[in-house]
Amino acid sequence: MGKRVGLEVTVAVAEAVALCRIDMAGVYPITPQSHIAEHLSNLVADGKLDAEFVTVESEHSAMSAVIGAAAAGARVYTATSSQGLMLMHELLPIASAMRLPITMAIANRAVSGPLNILNDHSDIMPQRDAGWIAVFAENGQEAVDLSIAAFKIAEHKDVMLPVSVNIDGFQLTHMVEPVILPSQEEVDAFLPPFVPHATLHPSNPVTMGAFSMSDYFTEIMKAKDEAIKNSRKVILEVWDEWGRQFGRSYKPVETYRAEDADILMLTMGSMGETAKIAIDELRGKGVRAGLVKLRLWRPFPFAELKAAVKNAQKLIVTDRAVSFGGPGGPVFSEIKSALFAQARRPSIYNYIIGLGGRDMAVSDFVGMFDQVLADRAQAKADTYEFWGVRE
Amino acid sequence: MNIVENFDLFAPRLINKKELFSCGHRACSGCAEVLSVRLMCKALGDDTVVASATGCMEIVSSMFPTTAWRIPWIHVAFENAAAVASGVEAGLKALRKKGKIDDRYIKVVGMAGDGGTMDIGIQALSGAMERGHDMIYVCFDNEAYMNTGIQRSSGTPMGASTTTAPAGKASSGQKTWKKNMPEIMVAHEIPYVATVCPSYPLDFIRKFEKARNIKGPSYIHCFSVCPTGWRSPSETAVSMGRLAVETGVFPLFEVESGHYRMSPDMPKKLKPLRSYFKPQGRFRHLTDAEIDAIQERVTAEFNKLTQKAKFL
Repeated sequence: MGKRVGLEVTVAVAEAVALCRIDMAGVYPITPQSHIAEHLSNLVADGKLDAEFVTVESEHSAMSAVIGAAAAGARVYTATSSQGLMLMHELLPIASAMRLPITMAIANRAVSGPLNILNDHSDIMPQRDAGWIAVFAENGQEAVDLSIAAFKIAEHKDVMLPVSVNIDGFQLTHMVEPVILPSQEEVDAFLPPFVPHATLHPSNPVTMGAFSMSDYFTEIMKAKDEAIKNSRKVILEVWDEWGRQFGRSYKPVETYRAEDADILMLTMGSMGETAKIAIDELRGKGVRAGLVKLRLWRPFPFAELKAAVKNAQKLIVTDRAVSFGGPGGPVFSEIKSALFAQARRPSIYNYIIGLGGRDMAVSDFVGMFDQVLADRAQAKADTYEFWGVRE
Repeated sequence: MNIVENFDLFAPRLINKKELFSCGHRACSGCAEVLSVRLMCKALGDDTVVASATGCMEIVSSMFPTTAWRIPWIHVAFENAAAVASGVEAGLKALRKKGKIDDRYIKVVGMAGDGGTMDIGIQALSGAMERGHDMIYVCFDNEAYMNTGIQRSSGTPMGASTTTAPAGKASSGQKTWKKNMPEIMVAHEIPYVATVCPSYPLDFIRKFEKARNIKGPSYIHCFSVCPTGWRSPSETAVSMGRLAVETGVFPLFEVESGHYRMSPDMPKKLKPLRSYFKPQGRFRHLTDAEIDAIQERVTAEFNKLTQKAKFL
């Protein structure tokens, strides 16, 4: 077992990725991702990581290059954020349709405009339907663990899909946190070498990325949908295996003091930790509050979510992005639709919080609970509101 | 004996017989671009991986579940063939170094049309060349966005009528001079830049063989006659390419480590531009004065190039 050290989360993630013995990384700098790329380049420069480190001229080319290298049979990695992810957008569904196991960190950051470098989830939300597995980390340890597990999930023969590991920009990426880094031997025991099912090698020439019209396109889309749905089983297995080997296990939906809760709050990413403090405070006052953390965004964990909220009267869904002119935040829409057919479901409230790095204190979380508890007539259920907005 | 005039006699001995780009593709009749791709494959041989941009060559060769490619081939998107090729190269390099694949030398090729190279793909291309990947990049230049229906690109020559720069009562077609892509690549100071035309197959193959043996990036600009887009008879695809070279519109040359050399196929005296313009519908509307102005520019550009080739 590795020892517990204080590391900036980006550095810890880069160390974790190096432990996965990647063959190639293609990266382009963008705040707040850059420290991952910088530290990986240090590891290559110091001879600690034997990988081709390709410093491309844009995120579009970063994704293009890792697609090319993955197609050649290499274990690949990239990391990006915000505008960089938006620039990659065109290529994300291509990577998943080509069934290439690419692992990418997203240091979640607000999408311009106006330009803003701080954290929210407006970069990952537009990528929802790209056919990528998407997981969210809450703290530095999770970022490390989920990054290593991501390679194993992506490369599993029943999955063969790209994975994004979402790490809140600054609030998580730039924190120095106590992290246990596994040893090389431990990672080698956990993560077998990548065995691609087809590669761009003259010993067995294949055509990748062929052109397809209406006669096959629907079947290819259905195949991709089946693949990502089937990945659920592998994700559960890999996370359980991680838990058995390292003692920290992960679930698609995790809860905190939720078993007997009347009112639940749902978060994704780093804000779950602040929400927990608020919940402890409310519990101290006799409010039966609890937390639901959505770790797995795609494939969406319907069964786990339904089970987690089944006994609650009220559910507060927090969103870190806006679906302009839509039915509420993107997470809220998803949760509502997941619970729509339930005979008994909680009243669902939606707050759009922490946009562009807007600070969310414990008192803000308590405030949301207070507001929803006070809404006895349920007048605000099924609506959304920007928390803390100055009007 | 002139080798090209007696091509049927010499070809079987001089050219790789193996067809790595098979028949059965869906290119238009008389397509010089697909002929170029076939020749390229013959020149480069089996140990080649091709990353293709979206475009004519992609759609005619890879209609799922069929393929014309007998070498490994990948298509990802329109603007990123160079970036994909650079990733394939980096991936293969890492795997070979680590002993995960056979220890054999594989050449990676990125290819796109003039739009995919000179317009939307120029950033990815510039990046890949600057990074020094061991790859060949080929621009198959048919002087417009032919796959989408003959729209103008920065590779379209002055005066050509296209569907987005049409000739009309108030316009003579393309209003800008063709972007000088080979010179942009020379400015990247890469080891090898060359121009080729499939109407000169031996020069074509020799240059590809040279590029294959260079460790590092090379750029080949291939003049690819498009009878459909140029509104010229399909049986003239090869002769039209020869006219482009003979008039100096598309000079054949190579630049090795900054040193220019004209191809031996270049004529001593250029033919007048009119002989090249006349059979093409895309230039039909041009007035004598307009052709004269273009002729002046073509002559000047050609002289500039020969001056560079003089001082080796």
